[in-house]
Amino acid sequence: MTFLTLDAISKSYGPTVALDAIGMSIASGGRTAIVGPSGSGKTTLLRIIAGFETPDSGSLVLDGKTLAGKGVLVPAHRRGIGIVSQDGALFPHLTVADNIGFGLPKNAPGRSQRIAELMEMVELDGVMATRRPHQLSGGQQQRVALARALALKPRLMLLDEPFSALDTGLRDTLRRAVARVLRAAGTTAILVTHDQAEALSFADQVAVLRQGRLVQFGSPRALYGKPKDRETATFLGEAILLDASIASGRAQCALGSLVVEAGIKAGKATVMLRPEQIRLKTALAGTKIEGPFGRVDDVEFGGGNCMVLVRIDRSDRAMPDFLSIKCVGADIPEPGDLVGISVHGTVHVLPE
Amino acid sequence: MRRLIIAAKGRSRVPYLWVTIVAAFVSLISLVPLGFIAWISVQTGWETASKLIFRGRVGELLINTALLELCTLPITIALSVALAWLTERTDLPGARLWSMLAVAPLAVPAFVHSYAWISLVPGLHGLTGGVLVSVLAYFPFLYLPVAAQLRRLDPAIEDAAASLGLNAWQVFFRAVLPQLRLAICGGSLLVGLHLLAEYGLYVMIRFDTFSTAIVDQFQSAFNGPAANMLAGVLVSCCLLLLVIEAVARGGERYARVGSGAARPADRRRLGRMLIPALALNVLTAALAIGVPFVTLTRWLYIGGSEIWRIDLVGGAFAQTVVLAIAGGVLATIAAAPMAWLSVRAPGRLQRVLEACHYYVGSLPGVVVALALVTITVRLVLPLYQTFATLFLAYIMLFLPRAMVGLRTSIAQAPVELERAAMALGRTPFQAVRQTTMRLAAPGIAASTALVALGITNELTATLMLSPTGVETLATKFWSLTSEIDYVAAAPYAVMMVLLSLPLTFLLYVQSRRATGQ
Repeated sequence: MTFLTLDAISKSYGPTVALDAIGMSIASGGRTAIVGPSGSGKTTLLRIIAGFETPDSGSLVLDGKTLAGKGVLVPAHRRGIGIVSQDGALFPHLTVADNIGFGLPKNAPGRSQRIAELMEMVELDGVMATRRPHQLSGGQQQRVALARALALKPRLMLLDEPFSALDTGLRDTLRRAVARVLRAAGTTAILVTHDQAEALSFADQVAVLRQGRLVQFGSPRALYGKPKDRETATFLGEAILLDASIASGRAQCALGSLVVEAGIKAGKATVMLRPEQIRLKTALAGTKIEGPFGRVDDVEFGGGNCMVLVRIDRSDRAMPDFLSIKCVGADIPEPGDLVGISVHGTVHVLPE
Repeated sequence: MRRLIIAAKGRSRVPYLWVTIVAAFVSLISLVPLGFIAWISVQTGWETASKLIFRGRVGELLINTALLELCTLPITIALSVALAWLTERTDLPGARLWSMLAVAPLAVPAFVHSYAWISLVPGLHGLTGGVLVSVLAYFPFLYLPVAAQLRRLDPAIEDAAASLGLNAWQVFFRAVLPQLRLAICGGSLLVGLHLLAEYGLYVMIRFDTFSTAIVDQFQSAFNGPAANMLAGVLVSCCLLLLVIEAVARGGERYARVGSGAARPADRRRLGRMLIPALALNVLTAALAIGVPFVTLTRWLYIGGSEIWRIDLVGGAFAQTVVLAIAGGVLATIAAAPMAWLSVRAPGRLQRVLEACHYYVGSLPGVVVALALVTITVRLVLPLYQTFATLFLAYIMLFLPRAMVGLRTSIAQAPVELERAAMALGRTPFQAVRQTTMRLAAPGIAASTALVALGITNELTATLMLSPTGVETLATKFWSLTSEIDYVAAAPYAVMMVLLSLPLTFLLYVQSRRATGQ
């Protein structure tokens, strides 16, 4: 069931094209992440949905009602869309309780009760109610901002990089808390972020934006495993990209002959592996290694995760290939070791 | 090692002690006017004092003062906030020009404003006239901080308010206006104190305030107890304003919460409001800049070349410049120890001393002058009507102006440089002089210039204290207008405006630069 539809939304600032015919539809109750590097237009898109910017062309339909386009423009304050911005944008002159109750009518019955409920919902201690925004930590400020936006029971919640100003640990905790609160309230949410890990873990739909274009839209799993191009592949996580020639369902590359997805045409192509698909096995001296192998050039120790740089000499080329492979666990090879390389699962062939 | 540390500590303590002593001395001097009021009250005795205070005349003056403040302040606030909003946050055509014109009235001394209005509308007088001219002469004091604050506001807060269902007007009144509170309070205090202190403006517009009454008393009966008691009431009014402002300001924080830089705000489309918005700007500029410009030009045209007597105008100009620069340098020197201390060694004692430096500037010139006249006449007669007394008055009146520029520029000079200089063998005083003071030079220059501008347009204290024969542009202008020789007075007014223009422009540029524009 489509809840929010964006159709060919475009926006330019003078000669700069910020958004180029963006179209996507978002299901009710879902969580969507819009991810992209800075300057990709993701914040502009969010501001258009919120009503702070007007699209040059295209239309925006929420729950069957046109918000923008076709000669219609509903102002921000009539859209019923909640927003939590990067640093909360709390009213510095009001207490926490007044911030949360800002959108509620001044003498609505049960106002203070509702505020208390909301504070409980976002897991804020009741004693915070009389504090001022500057007396709160960054994470608490974001919880207040979320409660304030939830107070009006918005149909759609926009999250504009709300976790980016926080420490790593706090960021994860708050992200989980926000996901939980939104699920409990049944609110459809759109998260804008430049942090791919955040996007992948928060959302059930991810849209990748680059230079104002929607590059790919789909589930986190699909995007991570089957990116459309090189940039998306490396943007969403570490990727090993290899030149290969495809023939009869297998790719011949530096790592030998690997299984590809079904229905790939034969010919030259680029294949992509995620580092976690690769296992290294240290060869005991004197034993013969089956399949592809390489020599460990360097090991970057990093506690639980170590990066191993493997050098693969190939007879058909003058220059060796180097692969950076993430190793987990106790048996990390030493520099100079000969290692066997095995690949798990199918490899993804990037479309031309 | 331990001994070394102690030795180093001992060495760096010396300047703090000496500087504190000097700053305390300046603070003591700045307490003289208050001490004088207390001393004179005790000397007069309760019976005489109460007879002088609780009388119809004082009641009249109190009502006048209250009415003036109550009428002028709300109008000034509304006008400044409207202009600031229009020039900073809307797509008003020529916003830069209008914002410059909103600061420009500062270049015209208040009594020149009233001179211009009296020339144009000779019947203008009383409360209506007083309020009209006061608003036009003083609204930039509110416009400047409000506009600066508007530029600093984080537009995300307005977006948040809109997303919570507020329309444009509600956003302004519930999310923007409360954040302007500090700027409005500070600006209103400044305007309120000026209304209490101003003398020339209200004499010309024939509206009696405490300042005009005190000078009247002084001129007719010298420093009799009547004038002194009026001064006491006036000082109480000033203190009352300070208290009201402190209460209204509250202990809230209005700085932007959160990290990172705020997005620059969008300008709102005026649409149908464009014509009224432009009209407000044009009307304000016409009344505040146009009227002085037109009347001054007219008097100059009528007077022709005869009124530009080089011996008179040139003499007054030269005297004014010398007095202003000397006063500016002296006030800056007097303020330097405190400014340095408040940055380098902030503490409870320093805060008290600093408060003394600031409060004295909020006293009307007439009170400071009266105190100095009384004290010199009664205790050190040889100092009466000398340059020493006049400069002392200037230092007291403009101490806060000197402090402001000094403080900020000293704060920008890192203390590590002083330490490095000491480690390289300079004595503490040499170190401060060669590093911090050198780096603070632009701020020192700005402070001196600000004080000099104040002295150029100062009338009351100069009238009461200047040695015989000294005639500044302001006093010469004043004596000519008192003889209703408006034509001959025009060149002096023009000279004052011309001297003030560069500084006013500097003020405008600085207020924009402070917010990165």
